[in-house]
Amino acid sequence: MVAQEALRVVRCGGSKLSGTRAAFSADAKSLFCASGDYVKVYSTATEECVHILQGHTNLVTGIQLNPQNHMQLYSCSLDGTIKLWDFTDGILIKTFVVGYKLFAFYTLAGSEDSVFIIIPKRNEEASDSFQLVSVKLPKIPDQEVEAKELSLILDDIGQSPKCTAFGREGEYVASVCGLHLLVYFFKKKKIHRFPLSATSSKGANNYFTCVACHPKEDCIASGHKDGKIRLWRNFNHKREYTFSTLHWHHDVVMDLAFSVEGTSLLSGGVESVLVQWRDGSDCKKEFLPRLGSTIEHIAASPNGTFFCTSHTDNKITIIHSNLRVSAIIQGLVKGTDVKTGLVVDPRTKALVLNGKPGHLQFYCLQTDKQLYNLDIVQQEYIHQIGLNQVDLVKAAFSARGSWLATVEQREDKETELELQMKLWSYDEQTQSFTLNTRINMPHESHVTALCFRDTDELEDVTPTLVTAGKDGRFKVWVLVNDSDAEKQSMGWSCDFVGSYHNYPANNCCFSEDGSLLAVSFEETVTVWDSDTWDLKCTFCHPPGRIRNLCFGRLSCSKYLLGTTSNGFLCCWNLLSCALEWSAQLNIIVLQPDPLSENIAAVSWLSEHSDLFVFKPNEPRPLCIQRNICRGRVQWAVFIPREVPESVGSENHKWLSRSQLYFLTQTQDLMTFSTKSTEERLTPSSKQLAIEESLPVTPFYLLLGKHRNQQQSKENADLGTAVVPSHLAQHSPAIKELLHTPAHVLPSASFLCSIFINSLLIPKENKSAGEVADEVEMDSEKAEDESDEDIEVTEMEPDINPTEILGEITPKLSKSQEKELRKIRRMDYSWIAAL
Amino acid sequence: MASYKPVVVQSFPKLGEKITQDTLYWKNYKTPVQIKEFGAVNKIDFSPIPPHNYAVTASSRIHIYGRYSQEPIKTFSRFKDAAYCATYRDDGKLLVAGSEEGIVRLFDISGRAALRQFDGHTKAVHVVDFLSDKYRIFSGADDYTSKLWDIPSATEIVSYSEHTDYVRCGYTSKLNTDLFVTGSYDHTVKVFDARREKSVMTVEHGQPVESVLLFPSGGLLVSAGGRYVKVWDILKGGQLLVSLKNHHKTVTCLCLSSSGQRLLSGSLDRHVKVYSTTSYKVVHSFDFAASILSLALAPEDETIVVGMTNGVLNVRHRKHEESKERFPKKKRPAYRTFVKGRNYMPKQEDFFVSKPVRNHLKKYDKLLKSFQVSKALDAVLEVPNRSRTPEITVAVMQELNRRGTLKNALAGRDEKQLDVLLAFLIRYVVEPRFAPVLITVAEMIIDIYLPVVGQSAVIDKQFLKLQEIIEKEIDYQAELLEVLGMMDALFATMTRKKTTSLENKTNGI
Repeated sequence: MVAQEALRVVRCGGSKLSGTRAAFSADAKSLFCASGDYVKVYSTATEECVHILQGHTNLVTGIQLNPQNHMQLYSCSLDGTIKLWDFTDGILIKTFVVGYKLFAFYTLAGSEDSVFIIIPKRNEEASDSFQLVSVKLPKIPDQEVEAKELSLILDDIGQSPKCTAFGREGEYVASVCGLHLLVYFFKKKKIHRFPLSATSSKGANNYFTCVACHPKEDCIASGHKDGKIRLWRNFNHKREYTFSTLHWHHDVVMDLAFSVEGTSLLSGGVESVLVQWRDGSDCKKEFLPRLGSTIEHIAASPNGTFFCTSHTDNKITIIHSNLRVSAIIQGLVKGTDVKTGLVVDPRTKALVLNGKPGHLQFYCLQTDKQLYNLDIVQQEYIHQIGLNQVDLVKAAFSARGSWLATVEQREDKETELELQMKLWSYDEQTQSFTLNTRINMPHESHVTALCFRDTDELEDVTPTLVTAGKDGRFKVWVLVNDSDAEKQSMGWSCDFVGSYHNYPANNCCFSEDGSLLAVSFEETVTVWDSDTWDLKCTFCHPPGRIRNLCFGRLSCSKYLLGTTSNGFLCCWNLLSCALEWSAQLNIIVLQPDPLSENIAAVSWLSEHSDLFVFKPNEPRPLCIQRNICRGRVQWAVFIPREVPESVGSENHKWLSRSQLYFLTQTQDLMTFSTKSTEERLTPSSKQLAIEESLPVTPFYLLLGKHRNQQQSKENADLGTAVVPSHLAQHSPAIKELLHTPAHVLPSASFLCSIFINSLLIPKENKSAGEVADEVEMDSEKAEDESDEDIEVTEMEPDINPTEILGEITPKLSKSQEKELRKIRRMDYSWIAAL
Repeated sequence: MASYKPVVVQSFPKLGEKITQDTLYWKNYKTPVQIKEFGAVNKIDFSPIPPHNYAVTASSRIHIYGRYSQEPIKTFSRFKDAAYCATYRDDGKLLVAGSEEGIVRLFDISGRAALRQFDGHTKAVHVVDFLSDKYRIFSGADDYTSKLWDIPSATEIVSYSEHTDYVRCGYTSKLNTDLFVTGSYDHTVKVFDARREKSVMTVEHGQPVESVLLFPSGGLLVSAGGRYVKVWDILKGGQLLVSLKNHHKTVTCLCLSSSGQRLLSGSLDRHVKVYSTTSYKVVHSFDFAASILSLALAPEDETIVVGMTNGVLNVRHRKHEESKERFPKKKRPAYRTFVKGRNYMPKQEDFFVSKPVRNHLKKYDKLLKSFQVSKALDAVLEVPNRSRTPEITVAVMQELNRRGTLKNALAGRDEKQLDVLLAFLIRYVVEPRFAPVLITVAEMIIDIYLPVVGQSAVIDKQFLKLQEIIEKEIDYQAELLEVLGMMDALFATMTRKKTTSLENKTNGI
């Protein structure tokens, strides 16, 4: 397309789903959640993402259903705008520009024209005090409206949307901050402030964390840092207020929510147990345990059938009101530290990395969806802060994906290191991995690397795994047949233990054909024959410790590459046993492309990471990309594309067969792309349109074709006579009018003039023949793409309204008005003269 | 939502022999009955007809024992010197035996005196047997000859003198009335046909042949001599099929199990090995107190009788299921309650409501699920658990440690409970598979209960015992390290040469 395609770093893998409280539609069929700059619309029944509402340019911080119209949705964002969406069609209706950073957003059924937002005080960047203000949303039918009428309600409140809640029918608003509960009564315009002492005698931590208001009664529930929930009543008296305490949580209450009728209160926290308190009493409580990870937000659906909880592991659980999990929407789990690195499952081409604690997640990058979670540790996870849990630290797949090796460890100060290596075989029938062998303490110290021998598994070669440990040994594990007369069984057992002067082994790596094994011990690289396990030769590049190690592939398989901690990239020739070349680069990640000779190296210097792609046998790198991200790149991996992509530029040829993904210090998954944003987005919007289109039944085909044929016949027969009407039909204004859903349309007075105008014959009339030809072509096109016709009309509203409403209407109406005025004046004078 | 995951109990590979179908079968014998004979038992033969009495040849007597009798029910003692190889005829009515003086005697089971005497051998006759036509006897003797005798007339039919050393063993074919095999100390096994003047086949065993055997099919010949058991294919002209070397002393006797699936061999190394006749692998092995000379299996493998050089007869009877039925059955709900609704065939319009599968949790898991840590620890310290499955106890301790609640679970115990805990520690703390966890537990217990030491004599004693055991273990480990160091030194000298050659290669870098 464009001659000079620029290589860009693109974020992928979706954003956090659990950043804000999710919202249900009125019928609880859809669930909305903010995901980065987008709002995602999910179906609660199928867990599928139905729409992605794109438009905000910064993080979306709040979403609320429009209380006046249940088919519309408000969203607010840090970019200072409030947007109104039609979520059934995924259309942006209106944008209100406020101009401040918006941190939270509330609507009330009672107040029609104003909404409430939390903005920073004095609109300063660094300001850490916030205020609740109400915004009057002007009723101007424009697409983009400035909403500047702000009125202060509460000052010095918490930034979090959880810290403010509106009470029964909008009579009061409660907000918590630190050790204070503020209640503002709209009618009396009075603020009541209820302080708590910082610490009670029992060492409780009274800090407020969240607040919720009873929908029917005058009751406020507040959550505290020590796990207590207080139910405040009678708070319209400054002195005679009362509160009762509910205590089950042993840690911070993260969020509270009342059910629609207010009969039950839901609370959640670090324990990842959803607690339902009935009638606000301490004894009637029900639990939904083991929800996976810390509950961050709780929301209830307006019709009372569902609750949903957002979790820290990027998951939204939809729970039926009888406390049964009905659906789980799971995004890419982003832990604090990806220890396994990025691994590719050769079978599904999915990205595999640490997921939930003790799990391995398989994440499909094409569909941006988690395929499944594999429970590796298989132990009950206790959600408690400060517990030393078992960590999954290493994972590796064999070449065909039939074996998976994982290493888990638990390191306690008091006890020794607990290490366990597990080998999983792929079961064709269940389509998942089943545990084959468990090895306790494969090494006496940490396992630093493990790799399978990449042999063709169809050949009769025993699968081989090599692990390197800090205890100065590398171990070779082979699959052995220990079946006897009754039982067929295969298991892994240690075949060889190698060491080199008792230095800790850092890396291990097999050559492409599996004939050589390279193991690095501190500063030395040792090369071993994989048949006899003899030490063949050693390479050394003092004084740096070897950080990464990999063999060249295909035509470059005679090279061995290594990076050292003192900032050298070395390439050794295995035939001559000599250093071929070296470069001074502080490489932190070295990753070979499995499909080509290319090797990607990411260097890091003080602040930014740079990418180098090179072939070991060529002196010049294929591609240098500076500044790919801030901070260190943690891991990188090449993932083969399903279909090789045609890349125009010679510089980016390395991207054609596989794609490079990398994980930054902030745990963001990034990739490289040469396409522009629009191109990348089109497929999703197209898909959206197809979903909306009519099903192609045989009846439809028959009738649709028949009708089209008739039309074209009519056209041919009537020729010029019908041209104007057809023109009118094809004009965008008419289409707009006829195809846009009624509730999204601007008022009829506006549309009238456009409609009338469109009926006029344009001034620069084309010759009749030409026009007829054009029509012919159009109708033919319509015949061909009768399905796509609808698509086009569906897609157009996104662009059209601004054009038509913004430009054409004002102009035309003005000129008309002028003419009318002139005519009026003239008329009157003329009659008077008579 | 995931359900509760039970505690993972580490499984440790079992040491020693694996439990297979064969070990179960061959172990299913009662404790052996020992019967003392006057001399080395050189032959045991079961009567082919019920009640399967057996004739035992030892010294100058032949004893006939009933199946469960400890005393002989009949004795033939008309021998001046040692008797050899008392063998039943197919109908179980006649018995033939050789003797040191070279006379073959034929007895009636019900009589006492010999029915016939066959004179002709000049030296001791070590092997006699009936041919399968019942009217002829073959014998092999130390005068290097083997002879065929006619029973009715008590005359010699034919004499073969092809062997060049003592003929000590033989076997008659059960299918062919004329075929028999002899094995000799001249290292050969010869196959004879009574209709021919000469042997029809000779195989070279390589060692003095102590025992020969023909398979029921007659196609395979097994010979034992020296430390070897060899199997020959007769139909292929005496080709060696397999040579088994599982004994470390001379193999003296061979025997087939009644099914023909297993071959047993007894040896002077005091072992009886059981081979599978399909894979020729040892599937089971018996140990005995003395060198084995003779071995016999009753039909259906009901009894194994082994005769030894010290004159002891070892008789093992198969266990029967009746012993189990002695315990009265527990009253269970009627069969009806289990099958209720089970055999209902769903109709087409029926809705099938699947019942969620209830996974049964162990007691300790239930307690752990509800975070009752002390009780969970108590549950695994109960008697059958702590002695039979210490790995579960240790796994629960590990899980508690992982949850950070081990200290809570260990604390607040009275004298009795602590005594149990300490006894468990004393027993298992030095076991390598449990040591990492139990050392942590021991440290915690000492931390917790240090203030109360000296209040109870029982607990103090246990603590001292624990200390003693740990000290012993430390000494032992130190010793082991010393040995390891010595071995390292030895290995270093051995591998020196190899590394130097490698060094030369890598010098270029």
